[in-house]
Amino acid sequence: MTVSARFRPRGGVSLWLGATLVAVLIAAAVVSLIWTPYPPSAIDIPHKLAPPSHAHWFGTDNLGRDVASQILVGSRISILVGVIAVGIGLAFGIVLGLIAAFSKGLVEDALMKLSDFVFAFPALLLAIMLTSTFGPGVVNAIIAIGVYNVPIIAKLTRATANGVLSREYALAARAAGRGPVAIAIDHVLPNIAPALIVQATIQFAIAILAEAALSYLGLGAQPPETSWGKMLADAQNVLYNAPRLALYPGIAIALSVLGLNLLGDGLRDALDPKLKARS
Amino acid sequence: MLLYLGQRIALFVATLIFASLVVFAVMQILPGDAAETMLGPTATPEAVAALSHKLGLDLPAPIRYAHWIGGALHGDLGLSYAYGSPIAPLIASSLAVSAPLSLMAMALAAVVGLAAGVYAADRRGRAGDAIVMGFSQVGIAVPNFWLAILLVLVFAVTLRLVPAGGFPGWHDPARAIGALILPAIALGVVQAAIVTRVTRSAVIEALNEDFMRTARAKGVSRRAALWRHALPNALTPILTIMGLQFANLIAGAIVVENVFVLPGLGRLMLQSISNRDTLVVENGVMLLAVIVIGLNFVVDIACAAIDPRLRASAA
Repeated sequence: MTVSARFRPRGGVSLWLGATLVAVLIAAAVVSLIWTPYPPSAIDIPHKLAPPSHAHWFGTDNLGRDVASQILVGSRISILVGVIAVGIGLAFGIVLGLIAAFSKGLVEDALMKLSDFVFAFPALLLAIMLTSTFGPGVVNAIIAIGVYNVPIIAKLTRATANGVLSREYALAARAAGRGPVAIAIDHVLPNIAPALIVQATIQFAIAILAEAALSYLGLGAQPPETSWGKMLADAQNVLYNAPRLALYPGIAIALSVLGLNLLGDGLRDALDPKLKARS
Repeated sequence: MLLYLGQRIALFVATLIFASLVVFAVMQILPGDAAETMLGPTATPEAVAALSHKLGLDLPAPIRYAHWIGGALHGDLGLSYAYGSPIAPLIASSLAVSAPLSLMAMALAAVVGLAAGVYAADRRGRAGDAIVMGFSQVGIAVPNFWLAILLVLVFAVTLRLVPAGGFPGWHDPARAIGALILPAIALGVVQAAIVTRVTRSAVIEALNEDFMRTARAKGVSRRAALWRHALPNALTPILTIMGLQFANLIAGAIVVENVFVLPGLGRLMLQSISNRDTLVVENGVMLLAVIVIGLNFVVDIACAAIDPRLRASAA
């Protein structure tokens, strides 16, 4: 083994590019909590549809609102939806997946068939069902995206947990009389955590895309909340006058999703070298 | 194969029944009274009661469910509150837009994704592979509705080659297909990116198998071995992922139809949501579930037909 091979950073370009993009996303949200160039909802009709300038970096929209401020603030909803929806998926998915892995037989079969079934309802379809009964809003969007995440995490948890449970150390723990909860906490969770972290990153990206689509359709964030999806819907109304307004929010979404996906790929390579060859 | 087929059909029917129960429960039992939702908060109790009776909503839930399923099997989905007309023809006419759109998008994704994936697998680790994979990362990251807006911006607003939206109807097939091309591209690009990635990893796996070395040793050319031996052996995971992705494609169509103002199923459902036309939404969601579950059933059967090993699990 040469020195350079031994000290090569694991994960490579994907990891670092992804981590940088995600860091920018988080930084934008944090900065927007303390400072934005202008109040994001401040309407200023005399300066509407202004081109990018020193005063307004990305110009203003059809109501004279500062686009740069809105982009900064919009990152908050993306992160909020991602964190909570992935959190819901992890909380329920890990428990259900572990129950399936430990119980075997009928319970395992039933849980996995149920997962397959929920998989047939994409987040967007679930959200449409929820919003048509409970009304549009961020909370319903988060629930719908969260529910969509549960079966994905549950299936992954079951598959990886089954692998751990067949190992000698898990069998030994069982033979020593340790209960399923103790085995799950001491042996299974630490060993399946890398796979879960990678999947959570990718689900985070999917959550951002779904939230943007829902807000674009008017089913997600409601005024006066600012969301990148809603900004795109507004931009479409003035596409002929100010096409550039359709660029900024889309670039913001695409870079965030790209960053999370690259981070997920990079983390997988770094955390689980066995998977590297296959991807 | 017969045993396997029987098992899959039983599972398919059970899944459909389960899906209908879930949709029914979410749409009817949870929100209270659908008639109240439709008429809004200002409605008088008499008006709500009258509409409930007209739509058959005052019956007990099991009977309503039986009516719904019984009617659906005869092509009767009930009345739309907002349009004042039967729901079945409304959905049928929207499908005349959505079905060709989804098929065009899926065909595009299959052609581009398979070609790019096989190419990348063949050149793995080299520049061509890196470029294809880079594009596929971007393809997955770009929201389909944003791509749709960008396509409108370039081809309708700037170049003025196509109208920015709308659908002329099928009496003029050439223009109808023309109106679906940009939406199909917007929908298909993400799927193509996903198919590319799956194809690449499945083909790489097949390339490492012993039969590939045997084929090459027999004197089969590199290209023929790739397309005739590696790709067919990689098809099962590719088909499975495409089947699973179809649900996402349909969901994406709801958004993209909105960008292009296409009178498809997605637009019908969104309008029905703002009209509070709960019955149309319920039937629309159920139809999408039937399509997705049905397609995955077909994919399962197709995979079993391609790969005999999958049938063995049934025995």
